[in-house]
Amino acid sequence: MAAHDVMPDIELFQPVTVEDASAIARRLEGRGWVLAGGQDTYGWLKDRAKTATAMIDLGTIEALSGIEETADGVRIGAMTTLRTVSRDPLIRERYALLAEAAGKVASPQIRNQGTLGGNVAQDTRCWYYRRGLSCYRAGGNICYADSPEGMNREHAILGASRCVAVSPSDTGTALVALDAVMVIQNGGSVRRVPAAKFFVGPAVNITHMTVLREGDILTAIELPAAWAGAEHYFEKVADRDVWDFALVSIAAAFRTSGNAIEDARLVCGAVSCVPHRLNAVERAVIGRPRSEETAESVAGLASQGAKPLNFNHFKAPLMENLVKRALRS
Amino acid sequence: MSYLHIGKNFTPPDIYGKVTGRAKYAEDYAVDGMVHARLLTSPMPHARVKNIDASEAMAMEGVVGILTAEDVYPTEAPAPALLTNEPVFVGDPILAVAAVDEKTAENALAKIRLDLEPLPFTVDPVDSLRPNGPSARPEGNVFSEREMKAVSWSADDVERFVTGREPTAPAAMEWSYGDLEAGFDNAEVILEESFVTTGYAHMSMEPRSVLSYWQNGKCHVHGSTQSQSFIVPFLARMLNIEQADLVFVAEYCGGGFGSKIGAYPVLAIPGYFSRKIGRPVMLRITREEEYYVGSARVGFQGWIKAGFTREGRVSAVDLYIVQDLGPNSTGGDASSAGGAVSILYQPDAMRLRDVPVLTNTTPRGAQRGPGQNQIAAVFEPLLDKAAGELGIDPVEIRRLNAPDSNTTINADQGPITSAYMEQALVKGAELFNWSERIRRSGQRNGSKVTGIGVGQGYHSAGAHGFDGLVRLTPDGRIHLHSGVGNLGTYSYAATTRAAAEVLKCNWESCIIHRGSSDAHLPWSSYQAGSNTTFTHTRANYVAASDLLQKMKRIAAGELGGEPEQYDVADERVFDTANAARSLTYAEVAAKAIELGGEFSGETYPEDIHEVTQRAVQAMAGSGLIGVAKDTLPVRGTVPGLTVGFAEIELDLETGKHEIVDFLAVADCGTVVHPLGLAGQLRGGAVWGFGMASLERHVYDPQNGLPANVGYYQTKPPSYLDVPSSMEWAALDIADPDNPVGARGVGEPAMGSATAAVMCALSNALGGHLFNRTPVTPDVVLNHLSGQGQSAAPLAINTF
Repeated sequence: MAAHDVMPDIELFQPVTVEDASAIARRLEGRGWVLAGGQDTYGWLKDRAKTATAMIDLGTIEALSGIEETADGVRIGAMTTLRTVSRDPLIRERYALLAEAAGKVASPQIRNQGTLGGNVAQDTRCWYYRRGLSCYRAGGNICYADSPEGMNREHAILGASRCVAVSPSDTGTALVALDAVMVIQNGGSVRRVPAAKFFVGPAVNITHMTVLREGDILTAIELPAAWAGAEHYFEKVADRDVWDFALVSIAAAFRTSGNAIEDARLVCGAVSCVPHRLNAVERAVIGRPRSEETAESVAGLASQGAKPLNFNHFKAPLMENLVKRALRS
Repeated sequence: MSYLHIGKNFTPPDIYGKVTGRAKYAEDYAVDGMVHARLLTSPMPHARVKNIDASEAMAMEGVVGILTAEDVYPTEAPAPALLTNEPVFVGDPILAVAAVDEKTAENALAKIRLDLEPLPFTVDPVDSLRPNGPSARPEGNVFSEREMKAVSWSADDVERFVTGREPTAPAAMEWSYGDLEAGFDNAEVILEESFVTTGYAHMSMEPRSVLSYWQNGKCHVHGSTQSQSFIVPFLARMLNIEQADLVFVAEYCGGGFGSKIGAYPVLAIPGYFSRKIGRPVMLRITREEEYYVGSARVGFQGWIKAGFTREGRVSAVDLYIVQDLGPNSTGGDASSAGGAVSILYQPDAMRLRDVPVLTNTTPRGAQRGPGQNQIAAVFEPLLDKAAGELGIDPVEIRRLNAPDSNTTINADQGPITSAYMEQALVKGAELFNWSERIRRSGQRNGSKVTGIGVGQGYHSAGAHGFDGLVRLTPDGRIHLHSGVGNLGTYSYAATTRAAAEVLKCNWESCIIHRGSSDAHLPWSSYQAGSNTTFTHTRANYVAASDLLQKMKRIAAGELGGEPEQYDVADERVFDTANAARSLTYAEVAAKAIELGGEFSGETYPEDIHEVTQRAVQAMAGSGLIGVAKDTLPVRGTVPGLTVGFAEIELDLETGKHEIVDFLAVADCGTVVHPLGLAGQLRGGAVWGFGMASLERHVYDPQNGLPANVGYYQTKPPSYLDVPSSMEWAALDIADPDNPVGARGVGEPAMGSATAAVMCALSNALGGHLFNRTPVTPDVVLNHLSGQGQSAAPLAINTF
């Protein structure tokens, strides 16, 4: 075993249009690696747990960065840095949930470099998978984490299917809660995928965490006006207060009328391979006020169906507690 | 006492390099013709190398050579190997490959085919002790009395131990004093608990990269070590060369914390490689490799029974510790833990039983407060529980048991130099406003609850018998030769101030020589065990005293009268009867060269170490030499003592806590360097917070794989996990066995912080004892939700 630390030789493409980036990726047929901020990429490549012969750097495509108001909300270029998203006045005013989530990612250094697109497209942090072991997700036929003595404190309690890895994305939960739309371009064609469908679990595809495929470039994230200015709550519980991944996080958005919740989105992170929408809780709170009483009565629904592994029983009560906090505020 | 230099802040000369980036760490050096080596390490926790096929790698363009176990100094189990054909942990170095650049070396590693035979392994000491349990090494599973032994417990012994009942299995080592039975008979409250503490990595910020080359028959090594002169004999032996043929350079060390005290195996690999291939070799160690070869703390699985009298005195302690030594540590942690209990709580009677067990996990080594700090995390909350049952305030119960200068320590109940722990507790309680704050204990603020804690730390903090070397040159400059390593505490510089004090000279006239065995440095202690401040203020004092005596003799010889009638001031030696009769320091130095002999280092005392002898020989004739071995009296163990006070807010819904406030109080004798002391107290506290609730050490027991091989996985405290400001204070009461009154402090500063946070967590939860470190949010949530902990009782390396 070698503890690698040197970037292997790799070809670098720096296209200036999305069409070119997409075309290069298709031409390389899986040997290419689409590079955003690099905060996930460089670890994989330097560790040589994954390999690529070429990198397609999206940093040279100007059109991919920036935040703009549209007829139906706001459009954020996928290459916009997390720092920009967290500090942008428009986002802070209308979609504070996302601004807060982006501001909780990793550390200031990583937020300066990491992008919103990269944050949602990043791979899981399952430590077995990251070691380069040949597990299901890496194309093998075993899950080390979900084995009789697997060390799986950080892993999934919901939605597992052979693989028990979780989505590490802090912004993913907020985007699902805000009914964001992911704009994906492949060559000349563009498709719009709801955030909730952008992330895929192992039952759907065990080697990919999103719908992105060869030649797909995530170009922008659209936030619909429907959730602009909504009441919101975001919290990330991690061991450390900086440079850490969530043990459990919650992103919630509420539209209220008078005292009653008219519509709600509650999404938990780090409990499943995808941002986990709490449908039962959302249904149960409609027509009720945000209050301690509501919180207490519905929190138990949050972890319905949870199947804890050896070391992550704590995630169920933590989900419930975070739901309470979201409903209380 | 009023000092010119002691107790005053100063700017250690290495700071400029650190601030400007000009400081050169081992990895920053480059020499002509240098090649780059990389390690191939074991992917298995225990295996036998049956064959190495490097033919394809060696045929690659740019690959220069390969180094295997056959090429290097052989070690005997359980000492760690430089390179091995029987790896005993994942990451154990098997071979090294050198190439013209790092990338080629890495590419070459991928071409090497290893034929490995897997061998039985274990990652948990208790599993190894079970009937027919796996042994970490073929030679056995227990290392005690310098021997490898095969130890097996009965199924009943194991069951009793893991369920927290009094262990019945025989210990490998045992010591005791006093009448244990009588101690428990006298107790009003007897508490019995089992506990487990994690053995997490040292995580030195600078991985231990090494550069070596040979020149004119000498081996040059640029390394990263805590110590300087102390390395030389051991590294020379490891390289199988004469000490005089080793040039060892270690100007800066980016953190060691116990893992870079001595000549560790990696330090010798490039020397062998360079000799073999005839090229300078740089071996860069990656962050991940640092987790393998950089070592970790010894983990404890244990049981404790403690008796307390109605008045709150500790009457008896019975302590049983199974140590997780990794594959190689020699396991002094348990005994040190026992020593800490014996001094901090002064039990009337005490027994320590210890089973040091080898596992196929990270190699272990001394880590800041090895043993003392693990037991601080366990015993201090227990003390609070007893205090609660007896209706005594937590500070008060500590005062009742606090060590003073008549205190005794360890199995032999030997003396100590001095201690003023009660004063430290009183001072801290006052500064922290303890009596007010303790009333806030349990106070709710939404989902948060306040916890208040006080904790104590101890480490023996002083050695003696090392050499000092001071030189005065005809330009009037005073050369302070410091064999002390630059481990980040600035003690290499602070301890030389004792010499400047004796010579009553301006600090600006002094030049510190350090950082390379070529800089003519005296034999020095290991920079560990919080000892340097005590040890080397003494060594500098005796060397400067020797210089002072020689100055007076030279002056008397030149100007008349007896040496005793001379004194020094303003860098002149003058006749106290007639101050006009004087010589400048520069004139004295010139005269010393003329006189020769002992004055200029042509001769020197016989009792100085050969490292010091070589330094003196090299400088003979260049000025007035002051050199001496420290033979000052020392009456016993030198205790470093600290108290920590913490207020936390624990969120019952997230399991997380915030340290709202922290205060450290040191009983470390006279303060030598206030800023340095503040750094130790605050830095130690940050370490303590990490041990209490953050730092992890996880192994997959089925595959023997470590889960924590990066900072983001091991989770040392970040800047947002500690209070933005932390107060500190020191008693500043002189220790009688140090000429400037100083004792060390670095290690207890961590233990007292760990203990204070553990106690505050317990306090916030109405006295609940977790009996483990770290207490992470999941552990708190499992407790609060009543669903039980996920980890099996006493399971180690699982959190």
